[in-house]
Amino acid sequence: MEEEKNNRRNFLKFGFLAAGFTAAGVGLSKISSSEEDSGEKVKVLTADGKLAEVDKSKVKTAESSTSESIKIREGVPGKKFVMVVDLARCKDARKCVEGCQKMHNFLPPIEWLKCKEMKDSEKTGKYWFPQMCYQCDNPPCVKVCPVGATFKRGDGIVGIDNERCIGCKFCMAACPYSSRNFNYGRPEQIAYSKKHPMRSCHLIDPNMVGTVSKCDFCPDFGAQGKLPSCVSSCPNGVLYYGDENEDVVSNGESVVRLSELLVDRAAYRQFETLGTQPRVYYLPPDNRIFPFKEDPVEHNQTESGK
Amino acid sequence: MEKDLNVDLGEMLKKHNVMQDELLRPIQEKVLVEKYNTMKDDMLRPIQKIGIAGKIWIAFLVIMFLAGVTAFIFQEVKSKYETISLNNYTMWGVYISNFVFFVALSLVGALMSAVLKLTNFGWYRPLSRIAEVIAVGAIMFAGVGIIVAMGHPERLYYLLLYGRLQSPIIWDIIVIITYFVACSLFLLIPLIPGVTLCRDHLQNIPKWQMWIYKTFSFNWKGTPEQWKIVKRCLTILAILIIPLGISIHTVTAWLFASTLRAEWDSTNFGAYFIAGAFLLGVGAVIVGTFIFRKFYHFEKYLTDEYFDKMGKMLVFLAAVYFYFNINEYLVPAFKMDTRHTPYILDEFLGKDAILFWLVALFGIFVPGILPLFKSMRKPFPLFAIASLLVIAAWFKRYIIVIPGLSHPYLPIQDVPKGWLHYSPSTVEIIVVLGIFSAFLLFVTLFSKLFPIISIWEVAEGEGVPLEKINELSNKPNKTI
Repeated sequence: MEEEKNNRRNFLKFGFLAAGFTAAGVGLSKISSSEEDSGEKVKVLTADGKLAEVDKSKVKTAESSTSESIKIREGVPGKKFVMVVDLARCKDARKCVEGCQKMHNFLPPIEWLKCKEMKDSEKTGKYWFPQMCYQCDNPPCVKVCPVGATFKRGDGIVGIDNERCIGCKFCMAACPYSSRNFNYGRPEQIAYSKKHPMRSCHLIDPNMVGTVSKCDFCPDFGAQGKLPSCVSSCPNGVLYYGDENEDVVSNGESVVRLSELLVDRAAYRQFETLGTQPRVYYLPPDNRIFPFKEDPVEHNQTESGK
Repeated sequence: MEKDLNVDLGEMLKKHNVMQDELLRPIQEKVLVEKYNTMKDDMLRPIQKIGIAGKIWIAFLVIMFLAGVTAFIFQEVKSKYETISLNNYTMWGVYISNFVFFVALSLVGALMSAVLKLTNFGWYRPLSRIAEVIAVGAIMFAGVGIIVAMGHPERLYYLLLYGRLQSPIIWDIIVIITYFVACSLFLLIPLIPGVTLCRDHLQNIPKWQMWIYKTFSFNWKGTPEQWKIVKRCLTILAILIIPLGISIHTVTAWLFASTLRAEWDSTNFGAYFIAGAFLLGVGAVIVGTFIFRKFYHFEKYLTDEYFDKMGKMLVFLAAVYFYFNINEYLVPAFKMDTRHTPYILDEFLGKDAILFWLVALFGIFVPGILPLFKSMRKPFPLFAIASLLVIAAWFKRYIIVIPGLSHPYLPIQDVPKGWLHYSPSTVEIIVVLGIFSAFLLFVTLFSKLFPIISIWEVAEGEGVPLEKINELSNKPNKTI
């Protein structure tokens, strides 16, 4: 028994020593490995602003899992996208909904941008409520994603990496605004996507089956100073889109100062008390340009049944 | 004179008692040895033989399991869109509520084995292995049950590669794996003496089965030192398993409570889920105990007394769960703020009411009130109550998950009619039944390979000294 104990002890000691040496060896080899000069020179900028030429092997490039994933996780530099929705102007034309669907090549009933009929309390009036992903500054969806497939970027946008998404749908459960959609693999959509593939400017691929998609504020448009399809499709100038850093938003007809608009028109954010810090402001349906009219049609009823 | 007489009498009595003990000891030992041998034979008999009922049961479970696998493959190949009823509003369905059920079921290991063992409630002894097998099986198939819900099950390893410690899902994975390891050890370590018995005493068993016994007996010799090690391991594990078990179900509760949805936005959730899990666990052990008692003829060992005790436990745990349900439902119902009103009205009076009140009846009131009567604590009535409790508990998790999703803050408008009310599709039901079948298959096959009652623990409780067990084990008994 004593011998057995000693044998066990020795084995453990030996094992730990072996592991320690292996770790040390690997560590040392990593530190001391120097690649030979490749002979190729690249130009780099030094810390004091001078141009210098160094060997290519001395310059380390960042590793990327996929080249696409790195790009989508970086924000458009210098921008902080924001939207304002003027509820006094909306009459449920739904051109924004259709424009977004056409832009991103997905079929109804999937809607990244919805137009809902709202009535806040018994005696207050009904109004039309366009709602999209608010790209929250305190996003509950980003908090719960187990693999980092959804992330907050520097330009304010909450992005989705469809190649990382495992389809657990926790982000969808966590979103209090029900902004996110899941691609369950509808055959009509798959066929449509084959004919209309995703464009390179798309941040999120809505057509990857088994992953989540949502409004992405069309950052490529914003980076080029253009307006997303929802804004340009709206005939009534309901949606304003712009840059908080520049303090400017536009609805295609007029360009206004964001801060003045928010203060003068008593803007608010939906479900402010939930603490999600949305990046979309609403202007109350006060002094409407159209009276409220019911929509007799219940949309998206013609989807093929299951 | 009288004093002397008293002293003499006392001495004489003492001498008499000592003599009596010495003369009776070999007889007592013989009685204990007989008892132990009978018990060993009885426990090993179900492993030795399998009846026609057992064969039909296993065949049925295998068929159901294969049906589940087929349904899952069909779901993945045909597309989830056409095979399951999930949509953008109810994106979690029966797969998730089933997962929560199995995690709750796995807590029975912490309760029956660990808590009872540490608090010296000796009547856990014949039940501990049944409870532990249920726990290990439940936690394994909870894991399987969640994989079938993923959009990309082939990306499962991303959880390891890209896992973010911030996410409650990652916490859940960590605690589930840790708890699984602890429960497996808690099951396998006390099994070693039992496996040794199987190796030494079973006759005419296939080679592969003998190989299992030879490997998993780990050369157990039954020396006093080995017994000491086993007991120390079990005490340490029992202490560890309790916080692990509590963690596993609290974290699963936090998968819901960490969101902003009204039905789940409750500080009560962790404790509420654990209370429900303990109740479900006792119900499941009652069901398992009754079935094993009936089909393996263990009436001598799983006596009416155990059912009596478990019935009383059921009343206590149902009362605790009732308390948590009052906190969970009646407090928001008193206030009726607009966040909670929709689902409370639907559950108390509206479209979810029938399910809600049936669950309350069979999940709380029946197990809480009926076992107060002694006649209801007899084996069969208690088994009936416990079976209804287990079914009601499954639907309770359904009631927690699905209505929580079908009452979002913003109204559901302009959606296909099928999106308004979720009800599980055929494929989902078959997959869930497949998972259940796999779990039951695991428990059944375990009980057919290994003794489902921990023989040495029961013998120890009866007073058989453990060193004697070692002697007896080495003599193969050919009477089976």
